[in-house]
Amino acid sequence: MNRSPAAPLPRVSGGAARSAHGPNLGDRAWSGLLGLLGGAVLLIVGVVVLALVHVARPALKAGAGTFVSSSDWDPVSGSFGALPFIYGTVVTSVVAILVAVPISVGLALFLQEMGPRKLRPVVSFGIETLAAIPSVIYGLWGLFVLVPALRDHLEPFLGRTLGFLPVFRGAPIGLGYLAAGLILAVMILPTIASVTTEVLKTVPASLKEGALALGATRWEAIRMAILPYSRAGILGATLLGLGRALGETMAVTMVIGNSPTISPSLFAAGYSLPAVIANEFAEATGDVHTGALAGLALVLFGVSLILNSAARLLVRMVASGPSRAVAS
Amino acid sequence: MSAAAPPKIRVEGLDAWFGETHAVRDVSLDVRPLSVLAVIGPSGCGKSTFLRCLNRMHELVPGGRATGKVTLDGEDLYARGVDPVSIRRRVGMVFQRPNPFPTMTIADNVSAGLRLNGWKGRLEEIVERCLRQAALWDEVKDRLHSPATSLSGGQQQRLCIARALAVEPEVLLMDEPASALDPIATARVEELMHELKARYTIVVVTHNMQQAARVSDQTAFFYMGELVEVGDTETIFTNPREQRTEDYVTGKFG
Repeated sequence: MNRSPAAPLPRVSGGAARSAHGPNLGDRAWSGLLGLLGGAVLLIVGVVVLALVHVARPALKAGAGTFVSSSDWDPVSGSFGALPFIYGTVVTSVVAILVAVPISVGLALFLQEMGPRKLRPVVSFGIETLAAIPSVIYGLWGLFVLVPALRDHLEPFLGRTLGFLPVFRGAPIGLGYLAAGLILAVMILPTIASVTTEVLKTVPASLKEGALALGATRWEAIRMAILPYSRAGILGATLLGLGRALGETMAVTMVIGNSPTISPSLFAAGYSLPAVIANEFAEATGDVHTGALAGLALVLFGVSLILNSAARLLVRMVASGPSRAVAS
Repeated sequence: MSAAAPPKIRVEGLDAWFGETHAVRDVSLDVRPLSVLAVIGPSGCGKSTFLRCLNRMHELVPGGRATGKVTLDGEDLYARGVDPVSIRRRVGMVFQRPNPFPTMTIADNVSAGLRLNGWKGRLEEIVERCLRQAALWDEVKDRLHSPATSLSGGQQQRLCIARALAVEPEVLLMDEPASALDPIATARVEELMHELKARYTIVVVTHNMQQAARVSDQTAFFYMGELVEVGDTETIFTNPREQRTEDYVTGKFG
């Protein structure tokens, strides 16, 4: 992040004198231990990937070329195509991010900048509570409240008003990508909102004052000074939320419809990577089926890795170098 | 002691608080148009708070409030229904630490306030004029689209002055504008204040008495939230009325 010139660090003379004799034994042991812990994290990741590859091998051998590209998933006839699950995972996560990020940033601004001071702790407590609800309860709520509401109200309404877009076309059945995406939005909202609040706390007060002293309103100061300064952090918060959305299993499988198909309409039933793994693993018939599910896990891992890396790259690009400000 | 012209700013019975702390106590003074008033006093004497009451920035601090009367050309800034935002467009401010917007370019920093006001005219000319007024143009004219953070501290502070000038304020408040700068940059900012008072009324808070003596026409000495004495700078430094003022300006305390 860009900071105004930092004050020079004071030199601690005592430390310099001691380091002349080399790092002491305690320090060396401690840093060795930390290095071990750091290495262990990488090791665990490696072991997980290796195990998945091992289990997935029969399926990858059977249909190596078509596993990721085929959209046909039929364990009984032995065809395993992962595309519907990849599609479902990506679509629901994108819906979740599109819905959750604006709301979360709004909530964070309310908590940190605009909200009445007395209301802030109440809202903050509400957000924390959302984070503490187990996902199966979100699933139940989705099934009993969200899905009927989508089926009877929101989806018919969207079809009437925005039906010219393919994503809002089709029969309003409730269960489907939209329901899963919205549930995910609620679930990742606390993560994004609380991280964004922390990010906003790091904005120097002097920047906000600079904007206000120019005659900016509070909202203008937010747009002019606070949000531009925080964009890298907000992207990071989004990335954390995305990570959670990609891997969420229980709530999604309860409302997505669990149908291994690909449909352009958000109203249609679909499936997601974690959902199908959880649903079929216990009843998997034979090595190839099990292997295909392990393959899906590898794909999920890969999708997360790609999205994470892309987001990280984006954070770095945004964090370095100012761009031209958006003119009002 | 008061000039024939009506005061640009008149402060009458101003009190300011931070929560329970009574930071400014019953202060009254006049600021002459197109002059520099220096506000001096030891740390914590309320001089910055006083300054921030002149453009209603003080009330932005949690627990900050002020009572009394501050008039700008006879118009009460604290009257009911006065929008503080519109006051801050007339009374600009430069802060202790340079605070350019780090995500903006040099040119965008200067024009930031104008763009807020929905200015539709040509920004380039105004950017150039303000940077010239802030004595920064020659140093940055070839890199107007570089990040503001690429400038040195002293340049950043002059950029902040240019930014404040761009919205054409009538008054410029400066809160220890040179305290974070090296001596050369400080000299440039002081020089600048001399030039700027031809067009703006300036109130500058400083802990540096030599600086107050060099740049100001009038000086106000604050102590423990009270205005001890205000008068022509020469008088304050050579022949003050109050013993406390003399002790402070001669370095006996503070």
